[in-house]
Amino acid sequence: MHPARKLSPGGATAERLFWTLTSLATLVALWALAANLTDSRHLPGPIKVLEVLGQEMASGALWANMSVTLVRVACAFFLAMLIGTMIGIVIGSYKRADQFFDSWLVLFLNLPALVIIALSYVWLGTTELTAIMAVAINKIPNVAVQMREGARQLSRDLSEMAQLYNFGPWKTLRHVTLPQLAPFAAAAARSGLALVWKIVLVVEALGGHATGVGHQIHAAFGNYDVPTILAYALAFIVVIQIVEFGVLQPLQSRVNRWRR
Amino acid sequence: MASLTSGPGTPVPGTPVHVRVKRKTFPAIGGRDENTVLRDVSFEVSPREFVVLTGPSGCGKSTLLNIVAGLDTDYEGQIDLGSANPRMTFIFQTPRLLPWRTIRENLMLSLPDGDRRQDNVDAILDRVGLTEAKNAYPERTSLGMQRRAALARGFIQEPDILLMDEPFVSLDDPTAHGLRELLVDLWNSRPTTVMFVTHDRTEAVMLGTRILRLAAGSASIKADESVRLSPSDRTDREKVQAELKRIFESLPET
Repeated sequence: MHPARKLSPGGATAERLFWTLTSLATLVALWALAANLTDSRHLPGPIKVLEVLGQEMASGALWANMSVTLVRVACAFFLAMLIGTMIGIVIGSYKRADQFFDSWLVLFLNLPALVIIALSYVWLGTTELTAIMAVAINKIPNVAVQMREGARQLSRDLSEMAQLYNFGPWKTLRHVTLPQLAPFAAAAARSGLALVWKIVLVVEALGGHATGVGHQIHAAFGNYDVPTILAYALAFIVVIQIVEFGVLQPLQSRVNRWRR
Repeated sequence: MASLTSGPGTPVPGTPVHVRVKRKTFPAIGGRDENTVLRDVSFEVSPREFVVLTGPSGCGKSTLLNIVAGLDTDYEGQIDLGSANPRMTFIFQTPRLLPWRTIRENLMLSLPDGDRRQDNVDAILDRVGLTEAKNAYPERTSLGMQRRAALARGFIQEPDILLMDEPFVSLDDPTAHGLRELLVDLWNSRPTTVMFVTHDRTEAVMLGTRILRLAAGSASIKADESVRLSPSDRTDREKVQAELKRIFESLPET
């Protein structure tokens, strides 16, 4: 056994960071190499992409588009979490509801995102609200399925305890039910964010919106402007990773902190 | 610990608890036939009596306790708790603490907000030896400590009727013994009507003032014996063993 392997938590973090950085550096190097070898307008190297990113930042276009898209992501995300959680709890708690709605859920889970988006625009028009709804509807079935699992696993022992110790509905919800659902909600939130931010770009591209990262990428695609596409993709990945590590992961470890 | 023994608002209901279960049947599920676990089980429990329900496993003693607690309402018969609205507390076979709340929070949550009994929480935790561990999450403590917390949560209610379903099962002997002594101690300082389920005969004799033995299969009461032990006799191993012989060998199992 290597003694240095038994590291303090700080050491473990440092080691993980080292491997992450090494792996990312390798990827960038391979990208640069490939760009160099092909020497094509359609595969710009990292430097070129960073230049474009710098220009977009300097002109303010990056932030303007990014903020519009992030607001859409946030609205769709919270809407999907709220509605999906409510549906999941109901069908997870009542067997009849589950038997009845299970096939609906399967249907929506397998409905291609593109179909939901296209039909939303056809039926509801290309408004801001439609864009948000279309994204949310794509995500709701996933949240519902995860929360249904949480509701199914609610401890009967603990609800009997709450009943005999006269907790009442509010105290039961806050101290007995929600803490049991929290890990499922945290998992749904993490997988949800990954799905929502990808679909949001498709919605923006298809809906003819004048702003947003999706619109920007769509416009760049029309010109075969690969550096801009990659610049926006890169910026977006960075922002989403900041949300993931800065908000969602701490949230997840917080709701699990009582575990042994 | 005066607050635990002489708190106001703890009148002893003068009327006994009547338990009359004509029939309790579990429906056929998953290939198992319909199963009648209780038939004609009737008895009375006087105020401040410590009744132990014992019998072989599967004889329906836990089911009986759930019926008395009101957790199981699907039975033929009648439960009369004596007074109109007695304070009833259940101490379960597993601790059933909220794992995401600390031990102290678990006790506080078991009482209404602002209730005067919440002032006794630290005192009772001290009494069951959990002062050090009271701010820990239950799953980070030992099973013995969780059981003590569950006991404290039961007694902090100052119940009129206390129901216990094998609360010391799956503990090592010394820990279980220590908890029994703690229970006797708590009960002596605040006697309350107790119905205690166990399959452990020594535990039954050590704790109970009366032992009801249920027969196996479609159980009815097989024997009803008073325990002739003074409080000090109960910690005397030989006297407990002698009394155990007297009660259980007069009418052997099955």
